[in-house]
Amino acid sequence: MSEAVTALRGANFDGAVTVSDAGLRGMITLRGDLGDEKLAAVVKAAVRLGMPKPRGVKEGAKGAVAWMSPDELLLMVDYDKADAVVSGIDKALKGDHFLAVNVSDARVVLRLEGQGVREVIAKGAPADLSPEGLPIGEIRRTRLGQVAVAFWLSDAEILHLICFRSVGAHVFNWLSNAAQAGSLPGFLRPD
Amino acid sequence: MLILTCPYCGINADETDLHGDGEAHIPRQGAGAAEDDFEAYLFHKKNPRGVHFERWRHVFGCGKWFHAARDTMTLEVFGTYKAQTFEPPKALINKIKKKRLDWEGYMK
Repeated sequence: MSEAVTALRGANFDGAVTVSDAGLRGMITLRGDLGDEKLAAVVKAAVRLGMPKPRGVKEGAKGAVAWMSPDELLLMVDYDKADAVVSGIDKALKGDHFLAVNVSDARVVLRLEGQGVREVIAKGAPADLSPEGLPIGEIRRTRLGQVAVAFWLSDAEILHLICFRSVGAHVFNWLSNAAQAGSLPGFLRPD
Repeated sequence: MLILTCPYCGINADETDLHGDGEAHIPRQGAGAAEDDFEAYLFHKKNPRGVHFERWRHVFGCGKWFHAARDTMTLEVFGTYKAQTFEPPKALINKIKKKRLDWEGYMK
């Protein structure tokens, strides 16, 4: 098999905040009835985490799970485990109405770190980036500039952002530009 | 700026996060429908001055279709509700009636 690489190949930008390629991550779209116990068991088996609340993200040692819509979750695992997790889900939910797809190579994960991460994103997303509007551990799917993104904070100064691979370079450049040193208004204080 | 609350994910979504799709609660006329019915289905929209019931999709967010009731003249939003219904919820209609005394009410 060919060597897997991210679209950004480890790109990094140091400015008002650090914007960096988060590296390869296994990502699985799981759609189905989120109230179903069998589906919850599958999530537990894959990432050792319970069901997230609406818009919630749960992170643990084995991976993470994010609530994407009333019938969709995003499971995050090690990159090389994603296919195995998908076949495990396919087996466990056989006969049910569900969908599990390995989307690891269709996406790019970026990591923003610094005091101004909320302000960098606020420059291009029509979302409430205040600590009240987007608490830590809550995912927001919206747009950045003209492209679809999803992001959440795992800490007051660490923001994770997922976008499509095809626009990965564009989003990285966009964020690097938005994160130029001295360009943040300092309006949204870190929590 | 129009801001609608998505009834599925609870996000206060900006207009640019959404996609509007015109009048809501139009019964579908498919293959086999009479020509006049199909024409009405495609082209005859109510488009009243004032209270509208519309379909919207939270396209950059959770991806779900929902309905919104708003006044296209004043841009006041009366409320949003889930798409799994054939007509607006009673509570919402009553709320609009209280605010718009001259409104004739929801008509199919």
